[in-house]
Amino acid sequence: MAPVAPRSGDAIFASVDRVNAELFTLTYGAIVRQLLTDLEEVEEVNKQLDQMGYNIGIRLVDEFLAKSNVSSCVDFKETAEVIAKVGFKMFLGVTASVTNWDADGTCCSIVLEDNPLVDFVELPDNCQGLYYCNILSGVIRGALEMVSMKTEITWARDMLRGDDAFELQVKLIKQVPEEYPYKDDE
Amino acid sequence: MATTACFIIVSRNDIPIYEAEVGSAAKREDAAQLHQFVLHAALDIVQDLAWTTSAMFLKAIDRFNDLVVSVYVTAGHTRLMLLHDSRNDDGIKSFFQEVHELYIRILLNPLYLPGSRITSSHFDTKVRALARKYL
Repeated sequence: MAPVAPRSGDAIFASVDRVNAELFTLTYGAIVRQLLTDLEEVEEVNKQLDQMGYNIGIRLVDEFLAKSNVSSCVDFKETAEVIAKVGFKMFLGVTASVTNWDADGTCCSIVLEDNPLVDFVELPDNCQGLYYCNILSGVIRGALEMVSMKTEITWARDMLRGDDAFELQVKLIKQVPEEYPYKDDE
Repeated sequence: MATTACFIIVSRNDIPIYEAEVGSAAKREDAAQLHQFVLHAALDIVQDLAWTTSAMFLKAIDRFNDLVVSVYVTAGHTRLMLLHDSRNDDGIKSFFQEVHELYIRILLNPLYLPGSRITSSHFDTKVRALARKYL
């Protein structure tokens, strides 16, 4: 069955509280800068950003579902569309597009033409391995995990490394059935 | 375009953070040292002058033979200094203003440490293009 066309996030974006874009960009920049100073290894910084994103994602998904009123998605394709069209619009103010589906519909690319996180940023020579926006992949991973989808997310293209857009490759590993950790008598 | 022009940026701690020879004259081997020397000698005058005016562009403040030193001081006391032999005040002013904007963008980069060397090749290309346009 064809995925239902998701509503756009414009209306929600207009109604939520917002901060100045430069404040946001520079705050995120300061976090990355501090991580680089503290952890020294670029690899470690990537990991840490991903972990921070994960921690954001597992909370953010509730906020997202509460405010956006999207109905539950029938398949992973629809999920990806909702993330790109509604999720990114709602929290970052930009819209992404979803492309590059593989045959069995478990792997796709979310392409961001415009990314408010990277205004002003230019990678210096000693940080070439840094995935500056790695927090985004963590957010998506965390959010999807909370709605019982295990995913693996990698960067396929990065504007800071000279590509023409940001491309996140999202791969669905498995749908985790809901678990009930509590026994009835507890 | 000016035949001789040497542009440097000096941080507030008196450390040169960017240098470019932007003149069209054939390179002489000792020129670079001479230009540096003249520019550094002018720093003292900049220090005295910077607090006497509220303008950022200090115009021509020093000369050496036919070479003139023009200086632009940013609010953060970073000095943009140009050694040149042309008499094109308006062009130099526009040049400084646009380089100032480029410099602000560099400064806003969270991965750039203020006061460290500017290694961005993008910045370098833009500065040279501006030099061709205005000087």
